[in-house]
Amino acid sequence: MIDILGKRYYYFLLSLLVIIPGLIFLAIDGLPLSIDFTGGSLFELQFTNAEAPSAESVFRVYEANGIDDAQITTTDSGTFLIRSSFLTNEVRDQILSTLQTETGADIAVIQFDSVGPSIGAQVASRALLAIAVAALGVIIYISVAFRKVENAFRYGICAVIAMIHDVAVVFSIAGIGARYFGWQMDALFLTALLTVIGFSVQDKVVVFDRIRENANVLRRLEYEKLVNHSIVQTLQRSINTQLMTVEFLLLALALFGGVTLQEFAVILLVGLLSGTYSSIFVAAPILVLWEKEEWRTWFGRSANA
Amino acid sequence: MIRNLTNRIILIVAVVALAVWVDLSHQIEIPNPLSASNELLFSRNVEPRLGLDLQGGLQVLLEADIPAEQSIDAASMDVARQIVQQRTDALGVNENVITVAGDRRIVGEFPGLEDAESVLATIQQTGLLEFVDTGDYYPQVGEVLLTDYSATGETTEAAEGETVYHTIFTGSEIDSVSVGQDPLTSEYLINFILKPTGAQIFGDYTAANVGRPLTITLDKQVISSPIIQDAIYGGQGSISGDFTYEEANAFAIQLRYGSLPVPLKIVETRIIGPTLGADSLSKSLMAGLIGMTIVALFMLIYYRLPGVAAVFSILIYAAITFAVFKWFHFTLTLPGIAGFLLSTGAALDANILIFERMKEELRNGKTLNHAVDQGWTRAWSSIRDSNLAALITSVILFWFGSAFGATIVKGFSLTLALGVIISLFTAIYVTRTLLVILLRAFKPQNLERWFGI
Repeated sequence: MIDILGKRYYYFLLSLLVIIPGLIFLAIDGLPLSIDFTGGSLFELQFTNAEAPSAESVFRVYEANGIDDAQITTTDSGTFLIRSSFLTNEVRDQILSTLQTETGADIAVIQFDSVGPSIGAQVASRALLAIAVAALGVIIYISVAFRKVENAFRYGICAVIAMIHDVAVVFSIAGIGARYFGWQMDALFLTALLTVIGFSVQDKVVVFDRIRENANVLRRLEYEKLVNHSIVQTLQRSINTQLMTVEFLLLALALFGGVTLQEFAVILLVGLLSGTYSSIFVAAPILVLWEKEEWRTWFGRSANA
Repeated sequence: MIRNLTNRIILIVAVVALAVWVDLSHQIEIPNPLSASNELLFSRNVEPRLGLDLQGGLQVLLEADIPAEQSIDAASMDVARQIVQQRTDALGVNENVITVAGDRRIVGEFPGLEDAESVLATIQQTGLLEFVDTGDYYPQVGEVLLTDYSATGETTEAAEGETVYHTIFTGSEIDSVSVGQDPLTSEYLINFILKPTGAQIFGDYTAANVGRPLTITLDKQVISSPIIQDAIYGGQGSISGDFTYEEANAFAIQLRYGSLPVPLKIVETRIIGPTLGADSLSKSLMAGLIGMTIVALFMLIYYRLPGVAAVFSILIYAAITFAVFKWFHFTLTLPGIAGFLLSTGAALDANILIFERMKEELRNGKTLNHAVDQGWTRAWSSIRDSNLAALITSVILFWFGSAFGATIVKGFSLTLALGVIISLFTAIYVTRTLLVILLRAFKPQNLERWFGI
């Protein structure tokens, strides 16, 4: 039988290597919150039948209407993406008609999002609440489902530690994406995050369920061997479910699904992968570590992993 | 292996036939076989409803323009919703959906609409109720009158050939309205009580104009023009006019809430151009198709005979899910498609758990029948617990999405939850039945080849 748990400290190291860089970016750059959370406007325009104006002249049109924080980028498909503080509908129409007369072009509105500042702040606080409720739900659920097992709450806490790990991975990816691809955290990011949490728990439950079953059958086995045995037994399922089905579906979505869903698909892809990884390489090792009370050896003698 | 195989097959065939029927139709109609004419026993529209992100359109989020600490009762939010619905219905927009979100917000969705201006202007207008002096003239219900009242205090100039009527007083003078019945004729009446100043004006006016009409307009449009029977002092009056109870009630609501019961402001606007929507739809469908094909191939190659059963049951799963969407008029959104793909993964996960268990039992030298039974029995607790966890998340997501009118989040969580529930049926019930049928048909001897052990 493969010994997976023996190298547990290497897995922890690997997780840190994935998590830390993105979190450093976030610490330096700040959270790349979209207008969904901060309030503001996003205006995507396409100019046809005439030369598109320069970014600078678009900025001046905004400025003339009292909006001096417009950030203008052009997309791959040749459209203008303008982010700014909250535009009322009157100001938006004013800007649109000014642009129309100045350029003489036909302007098509590809999309327009405008979120008032108060609503953004409320969404953000409600989002945090949703995550907290989800985490609490998980602990309660696992404690109930595993109530007949010795130290049931350990399973709940290990699942939550692994869940925090997955959330950290998702944030790290978002941080890296924000720095290099201009990603933003919007309502879809939040949806992806909550989904990762849900599926992460689902995955832990499958592994824990096997430990629960084996604990009844193989009473004499040492705990570490028991957990290792359970992981190996569920390994094939984890690989098949995660890599071969879910990840393939998400990969297809990321590659062919169009811009709107790309970021969402990539975050789900990494997050769900992390969810499976953390069942085997984070949650289960911590269970063993806890049983053996290994922290006693962390200081004093070397970890001897 | 399983009892009642025939019953199982009948149930599955019936469910699939129903699902495919709904999937392929725009309208479900069942003619009455006993009736000679083509009378319909049953009819339901099952046109798929596409979200704004897939067909383009406008979404606005309205919020009560009242300090946050002040609470608003649910009834007045619902009346505000009805009024917004009525006002925007009049625009002739197709399939506008107005819903209350949380306790102080209203979401309006207008598919296929690009020009936001007219919609926004219509929503934000405040309904103005006026009692108008039209002299001896009885205007038709629905006629638009010019009056000399305006909220800004400007006077309306009469153009050539038009008459500007005098507004006696406005809805702001009304204190309360109720629906009643005439004790003699049992005709429905609308009773109203005016505030003291209004009562004074009303009394003086009715005394001077007995036998003449008193015209009532909402947003300058005539809603009734009853005859003044008597001078009415004391500020209590009633309007009769051959109403049914429903009409009287609707009228009373208009009188009571002629202007919105709560002032609304626009806090969020989202416009998605039709090209972006169409592009997203075709691309995500293509992505889904590619992904599903690869996954089906994997299942077939890796699990062989059980894989065939799994792929068929996934197809059945897709047919049922789509039918449920069409039947209940759920809106299909882009994240909804992603949610569908994810729940497909979850559906396959249940099968993979079972098949892995089955292979384990086969490797341990169990007989085929025993291994199939054990696969289902032993994998059940994992499947149950893990799917429950996914359902809990969906509920939390849905709650989050509802409170903010975040339809994308709602769409995603709805498909996810639906997928989990339907996949339980297909993964547990359908796959097993199909596998038993396949085993009986092929009677496989070489387990290595048929099961990929």
